[in-house]
Amino acid sequence: MDLENQARIKDLNDKYGNEDLIVVLGGAEAEASGLAAETVATGDPTFAGPLAGVSLGLKAYHIFEFKDEVPADVYEEQISMMEMVLDVDEIVDEVKTYRK
Amino acid sequence: MNFPVIKGAAYALIQANGMLFYQGTTQTSERLKNSQSEHLQKLPEHLRSFDQAVSYPPNQAYIGNITPDDLKQIPQPWYENPVTGARDGKHGEIMPEDEFLGLMKIVDSFELVVLEESFQAGVKEKLQTHPVLNDIEDITKLDKTPGTSDELEQLVAEQSAQPLYFDGKLVGCVKRAHEFDEALSSEVMLGNIANKASAVLALKQMLAKTDLNPEDVDYIIECSEEACGDMNQRGGGNFAKAVGEMCGCINATGSDTRSFCAGPAHALVEAAALVQSGIFANVVVVGGGCTAKLGMNSRDHVKKEMPALEDMLGAFAVHISENDGINPVIRTDAIGRHRIGSGASPQAVMTAIVTDPLDKAGYKITDVDRYAPEMQNPEITKPAGAGDVPQANYKMISALAVKRGEIERTELLKAVDSFGMPGFAPTQGHIPSGVPFIGHARDMILKGKITRTMIIGKGSLFLGRLSNLFDGVSLLMEKNDGKVDTGFDQEAVRLMIADAMRDFAKAFRE
Amino acid sequence: MLKGKKVAILGDRDGIPGPAIEECIKAAGAEVVFSTTECFV
Repeated sequence: MDLENQARIKDLNDKYGNEDLIVVLGGAEAEASGLAAETVATGDPTFAGPLAGVSLGLKAYHIFEFKDEVPADVYEEQISMMEMVLDVDEIVDEVKTYRK
Repeated sequence: MNFPVIKGAAYALIQANGMLFYQGTTQTSERLKNSQSEHLQKLPEHLRSFDQAVSYPPNQAYIGNITPDDLKQIPQPWYENPVTGARDGKHGEIMPEDEFLGLMKIVDSFELVVLEESFQAGVKEKLQTHPVLNDIEDITKLDKTPGTSDELEQLVAEQSAQPLYFDGKLVGCVKRAHEFDEALSSEVMLGNIANKASAVLALKQMLAKTDLNPEDVDYIIECSEEACGDMNQRGGGNFAKAVGEMCGCINATGSDTRSFCAGPAHALVEAAALVQSGIFANVVVVGGGCTAKLGMNSRDHVKKEMPALEDMLGAFAVHISENDGINPVIRTDAIGRHRIGSGASPQAVMTAIVTDPLDKAGYKITDVDRYAPEMQNPEITKPAGAGDVPQANYKMISALAVKRGEIERTELLKAVDSFGMPGFAPTQGHIPSGVPFIGHARDMILKGKITRTMIIGKGSLFLGRLSNLFDGVSLLMEKNDGKVDTGFDQEAVRLMIADAMRDFAKAFRE
Repeated sequence: MLKGKKVAILGDRDGIPGPAIEECIKAAGAEVVFSTTECFV
């Protein structure tokens, strides 16, 4: 995960706390999405950025997981085509792992 | 309509392990934080030899020795399945770093590149017999102002010069061009000189491999992602003229076009317009390589025990000319563009740049034999978490075909297979964006293997932090129907006059 | 799950970009406090 973005997430967590704040991902691929989810939950596993060794306990979701909460027309217009392109199940399963 | 044609294309790759390690931004950022980091310790073991880079199948596809269809047949990982390749290619060449450092000194107009004496003499000998560069006038620079090892070390340590390494030895440096102007720092100058040198190599290759004469070039459009200028005009330009100057294009002028990775597609559209309007007969689009991106994802490659595959600078040149009735045309009546109001969702972007222009031309998605979107080598991007970029683009195009009812959902992967190709370009930003296929496409269209291809450029404008917009431009490249519109049809005019006379005579009689 | 939440968006240039996610999140009644798009190429 981008180092600058790690810093931003850290600041936002300080401001809003991990109850109110959630992270929503748009990753193209399971491993990278999982890595981002892990980074905001338990810290940067690559030990490269500001979240190295910092366990924020933030919950991350992939946007695919909110299909039922987003108005259908908006989801259709913004996201639906990518359901045919990306491996939805694999990505969602991987991201979920880090919310347990 | 008299469409402009693509008369030639050439490509260059330069292996640059030294610059990967010392100037790639992933490494420079890491070094700033911890110069002894695990990544920096491990990385040298993952660098490839020049022979490995030459026999790497995607690199052979980039310089035209194997086709993308050939590449598709080679099992992955490609780095474990080398091909018998040559450094010289049908469309260009792969150059080793020592010769390239010599070329950097040749194209350096401000004595910023300093090379160690014996190294300089060695590369001069090699470049003198180089089939394409031996006639370059400024090769005499390699007889002048060498540095000693002590001087180089001192320049790097005390004058913030950028070190140039070859085979683990300090063989040169690039000095800063100003004491405190950040736009002329040694980092910026190294990137710009390397960009210029690689673009020069691609253009020289094109001049050697096609019948275009340097003095016949009217206009050059440079479309990389670097900026050249001083602190008062950081992106002042002009790479295009600087490149043309080195290649003997004495009658050309030129300018730089920028739009992140979509730059080359914009530049091709501009070139096509200049030719079709009759303003210029021969326009060259050229793009050099990017040192900053070398080893960009190497952290992931090292972690996954792979070679550091992002060791190649990429460059290309494309010649756009007046319709000759032979070469493939650019359909300027169906240019795709992501409009400011198009929206950022993937389907909005793909509709704007793929299906809108097809609708305009009266084609279905499946009427295009091959799509050339961002042709990033998946072996580089997948371990970094970006997936297989061309494949994702093909799936998006197929998904649009499903949404439009042109194919069944069950045929999605079949469509991907029919118009898709494996990515074979290094992750050099603007380099993968559609253009690597132009040389192959021209060959395939001329041989009658395909009729039509769409070249697609996409750019991440948001990285510049000025706008959240995305960008994209596409163009259709199509078989020439052989009819050349000369603009004045004598027979048609004769018939028109005869009709008018007859009508006049008739009116007179009545 | 979304209503009333503050949301930080990490989009992906080659997946779902930030602005597309933003449209969805806003429409679902949550507040976007940060949105970015990562690029690996």
